[in-house]
Amino acid sequence: MSTAPAVRAAGVGKIFPTRTGDVVALTDVDLDVAPGEFVSLIGPSGCGKSTLLRLIADLDAATTGTLEIFGKPAATARLDQDYGMAFQQAGLLPWRTIAENIALPLEIQRVTKAERTERVAELAELVGLTDFVQRYPDQLSGGMQQRVAIARSLAARPKLLLMDEPFGALDEMTRERLQAELTRIAAETGAAVVFVTHSIPEAVFLSDRVVVMSPRPGRITTVIPTRFDRIRDEALRESTEYFAKVTEVREALHGTPATRANER
Amino acid sequence: MSTARVDRRLPAWLRVAAPAGVALIGLAVWVLIVDVADAAPRMLPSPFAILEEFFTRWSIIAPDMAITGTNALVGLVAGTVLAILLAALAASARPIDGMLAPLVAALAVIPIVALTPILNTMFGASSQFGRQAVAAIAAFVPVFVNVLRGLRQTRPVQRDLLRASAASRAQTFRFLTLPTALPYLMSGIRIAASLAVISALVAEYFGGPADGIGTAIASYAKSGRAALAWAFVLGGILIGLLFFLVTSLLERLSTRRAPV
Repeated sequence: MSTAPAVRAAGVGKIFPTRTGDVVALTDVDLDVAPGEFVSLIGPSGCGKSTLLRLIADLDAATTGTLEIFGKPAATARLDQDYGMAFQQAGLLPWRTIAENIALPLEIQRVTKAERTERVAELAELVGLTDFVQRYPDQLSGGMQQRVAIARSLAARPKLLLMDEPFGALDEMTRERLQAELTRIAAETGAAVVFVTHSIPEAVFLSDRVVVMSPRPGRITTVIPTRFDRIRDEALRESTEYFAKVTEVREALHGTPATRANER
Repeated sequence: MSTARVDRRLPAWLRVAAPAGVALIGLAVWVLIVDVADAAPRMLPSPFAILEEFFTRWSIIAPDMAITGTNALVGLVAGTVLAILLAALAASARPIDGMLAPLVAALAVIPIVALTPILNTMFGASSQFGRQAVAAIAAFVPVFVNVLRGLRQTRPVQRDLLRASAASRAQTFRFLTLPTALPYLMSGIRIAASLAVISALVAEYFGGPADGIGTAIASYAKSGRAALAWAFVLGGILIGLLFFLVTSLLERLSTRRAPV
């Protein structure tokens, strides 16, 4: 099972029936994500990147094609907790402390209290929130709340992280700091990551591969490998190879025939 | 996460002192009219006479307070339980919501006083059931409306999170839906508590057994014993106050954490 890809999508499509007719949100998506690989999905609104992530997470069901997570159907993978997920909104439960929020997935899996306490301490350390575990979400800044959400997504030690624009609502400085932390966390945990974003620099900085998508109907147009043979640190953001990749992704985004939809 | 906003509220001591001051002034005017000027209308005794009656007749006021208080409590609990059950049903299935919504709207506009003589006669002169039923109906509506709203306040991101965490339906209810709805339930109960007391008391004016605060007020007012009638009114106020304070406290405990 360890040789199975973290995600394998073959001919995946999604159609939303509406009153005015069917909307094709996603069509004919083929994508493999290797274990430990960091893949970003980027594209304009309506390109189906979030839809694809929701299909992988089994939050919605694919209309066509097959989806496998570590060789299992998406629904099985969800029930087995093979992935952790973070959203654009932190989605913390306001009546629970930070520690209780991080432990929520473990509580759902009926992990014992002693084990939960131990795991929460590890995770709080990992995301740098050790001093805040007894606080409540409304006492934390947006960036800190998003760290809690990331810690929570890691609680069950998943080998796959699904992230839907987790830094989308944060200011640029917080965002860059959390990006650097995420690459470190992904490397430390060895988890594969599927990361939805609409920020080109973010996608380039974080990913091993950037998957460029376009709308109407949502599909994959290009896949750009960005393997930098160096650690991802702040110096990378100012290197020429980084700028070259940013330009390459930008041209891939704008060069597709469907970009006009993005410019309206 | 509150910003350093200018605090426009009154200082703490003034927030307590101001209403107390108004009450004292009112009381002084009352004493002035009744005791000093001796210009009181009929049936308005001195506040001292009322207090005196309240303490000397406590042995007959207390049992009637217990009767009315129990009726209100039974009605509040029954109405609340029924409201929670039906709201849960309505929240879980659209068709049931469609069936219940107009019924509850109809129930909400029925003047409770209109039903009271009928219910009292229906369940007989020796039963408290009619009064309790009136209190239950009065309590039902605000609890139902609030709980139904509360059960629909979970956010999509929270529901996705629970699903992504492989939570069962029961777990989703326990970890998300119930805690979200709880403050709404408590608000509903706080509103319903006052209504239940008022309804249980007013119901006594329309028959049923010859006990309870309302019955006593009516009979002593008719027989001209003003101070004693007022002492029973004071008893009614105390019941209402007790219900209000307890339910307000419950509400406060449940809303300590505002949503993010």
